[in-house]
Amino acid sequence: TPDPLITEVQPWASGLGDGVDATPYGLPIEYEADVIRRNVEWLTADTISSINFTPIHALDGTITPQGCAFERHHSGAIDLRKEDYRLMINGLVDRPLVFTYADLERFPRENHVYFCECAANTGMEWAGAQLNGAQFTHGMIHNMEYTGVPLRTILQEAGLAAAGDLSDKWVFVEGADASSNGRSIPMEKALDDVLVAFKANGEALRKEHGYPVRLVVPGWEGNMWVKWIRRIEVMDGPVESREETSKYTDTLADGTSRKWTWEMDAKSVVTSPSPQAPITHGKGPLVITGLAWSGRGAITRVDVSTDGGKNWQTARLAKPGEKMALTRFYLDIDWGGEEMFLQSRAMDETGYVQPTKAQLREVRGLNSIYHNNCIQTWWVRPSGEAENVEVS
Amino acid sequence: ENLGLGRVALPEEIAAWDKDVSPDGTGLPPGSGDVLTGEEVFADKCASCHGDFAEGVDNWPKLAGGWDTLADDDPLKTVGSYWPHLSTAWDYVNRSMPFGDAQSLEPDEVYAIVAYILYSNDLVDDEFVLSDETLAEFELPNADGFIVDDRLETEHSKWVGEPCMTDCKDAVEVTMRAMVLDVTPQEEGAPEEAQAAPAEQEAALDPALVEAGEKVFKKCKACHQIGDGAKNRSGPVLTGIVGSPAGRVEGFKYSKALTEMAENGLVWDADNLHAFLAKPKTFMKGTKMSFSGLKKEDDLAAITAYLKSVAN
Repeated sequence: TPDPLITEVQPWASGLGDGVDATPYGLPIEYEADVIRRNVEWLTADTISSINFTPIHALDGTITPQGCAFERHHSGAIDLRKEDYRLMINGLVDRPLVFTYADLERFPRENHVYFCECAANTGMEWAGAQLNGAQFTHGMIHNMEYTGVPLRTILQEAGLAAAGDLSDKWVFVEGADASSNGRSIPMEKALDDVLVAFKANGEALRKEHGYPVRLVVPGWEGNMWVKWIRRIEVMDGPVESREETSKYTDTLADGTSRKWTWEMDAKSVVTSPSPQAPITHGKGPLVITGLAWSGRGAITRVDVSTDGGKNWQTARLAKPGEKMALTRFYLDIDWGGEEMFLQSRAMDETGYVQPTKAQLREVRGLNSIYHNNCIQTWWVRPSGEAENVEVS
Repeated sequence: ENLGLGRVALPEEIAAWDKDVSPDGTGLPPGSGDVLTGEEVFADKCASCHGDFAEGVDNWPKLAGGWDTLADDDPLKTVGSYWPHLSTAWDYVNRSMPFGDAQSLEPDEVYAIVAYILYSNDLVDDEFVLSDETLAEFELPNADGFIVDDRLETEHSKWVGEPCMTDCKDAVEVTMRAMVLDVTPQEEGAPEEAQAAPAEQEAALDPALVEAGEKVFKKCKACHQIGDGAKNRSGPVLTGIVGSPAGRVEGFKYSKALTEMAENGLVWDADNLHAFLAKPKTFMKGTKMSFSGLKKEDDLAAITAYLKSVAN
């Protein structure tokens, strides 16, 4: 039968749409209202000190729109005007300095795309499959194009002669919010690729991501990407602050804990099909897609299994992998309507292969909380519905 | 190479912001505090979230206990069982606590609170005094419980190379299902439409004042929820509080002081709220609310307007 959407004149084809400026700053159309950040209420005591999740199951490409990029606050997202913003550099520098926001915009600046992943991403899955959706298992991640000034440039402006031998020096970075979220970063990293960023995806940072200025620490755990950054102190050693001792340390099976676990290991996940993105079209052509990333360099290859890891096929990368940035992969198959156990396995330029859950547990036990980069399994049923499972 | 941007930071500016304390005690201001003083300060400023004995309220952190649990299935990580350096506790309390009123403590109060946390962990007796001279020497039980990241040696060296592509295992059985636990939040569609027309009494409220009050309410949020879906936390739900008799929120355990005043007919009208929020402990001796009060008249008017705007 002929499709009335084609054979009959539709209102949008005869009437008029919105004029320009209907929404001077646009929002997604109402039909996309389910593509939103979501919170898991039982995880934390209060949303002020909590985290939510990027709807990665509903996004494509690699750039995360700011409006649905996950948030993590320790004392809430604060209001800080550019006019009230100050950045102090002190400690073992030749001249302790204070910069205004306007000062930062006068330094030569750079643009880089980087992922920011919370160390606790996938952390609820250590003991077993728990949350049913890629958003909840892998959504503590976003990937944006940052504009900012290399921290190196700012440190050089203050002068590092006073610090002497730089090889054993550290910088302590803290935010302007009540949590201050201080972290110690070795000088080698500080002088390498760390950015003092004020734009993301071309526009000002969102309040929830540290407006007006945040730190970008490529490849390293999100907690170090201090938001509302207000002070950078060159020091002889690490402060061993709350966020680098009592939190963001990884407890092993024997009760000892790893500290300074900064890099995010290579990881990947199939974002669709997945529990929140079931197959609705039945048999035939199916696009299997997902994301891969590594804090130790570029993704070089992603393999996908449809049978729970028995057999693997190499997926197509949408673009060659870039260092410390999300890589999109696709595997285009002809689905016969059979049940699938979907997995993806990333490799990075160091030759590292993303491990299985069993491999990780063998080394780390079940209590690490952080840095769970295991291979994820989605059980796709003939109906097209999918579930988060573990397989032998 | 030098661009000449920025200006020199003044010593008093550096002193105002550079407050971090290192494990060797660098950064500690002079001062001291004892366990018994700490117990009082803790009850006043910390117990509403962390419990009178540092045992934690609801999901808020437990600060005591957990000895010998680090190798268990569900380790309890507290200052006593897990933290490697006492400087960290001092630094964090000093810069980031109390939650919602950070950087309000005097150094002696911080020494006292940290002394009390040690006491609650059975690490010192009740005559213990902590000071800038003794803090760095104090060794916590798990000081040696940490190793520097060794993933490159223990993991990366093993998990490299060409991975298996075909017939990699014999059988694939489901060993665990997320559906069994069923802890995933319900998927909701579009956020609900804005509320319908506001109730009559709200018409008299100044929207700007209500908005200002919502900002002031941030000071209260750590303990109080308000509006749709609000739940009792360490403080009761405040929806519809203005004009209601005191002590009426279901399921909330009020202090003896409040219960008594409620029995004597206390109603939270604008005047009583104003007096209570200006000086909680003067208006209600023995209140559980650990809040020092709103000093500005503007804030008091704004918060009252905001609370009024969120009616039942």
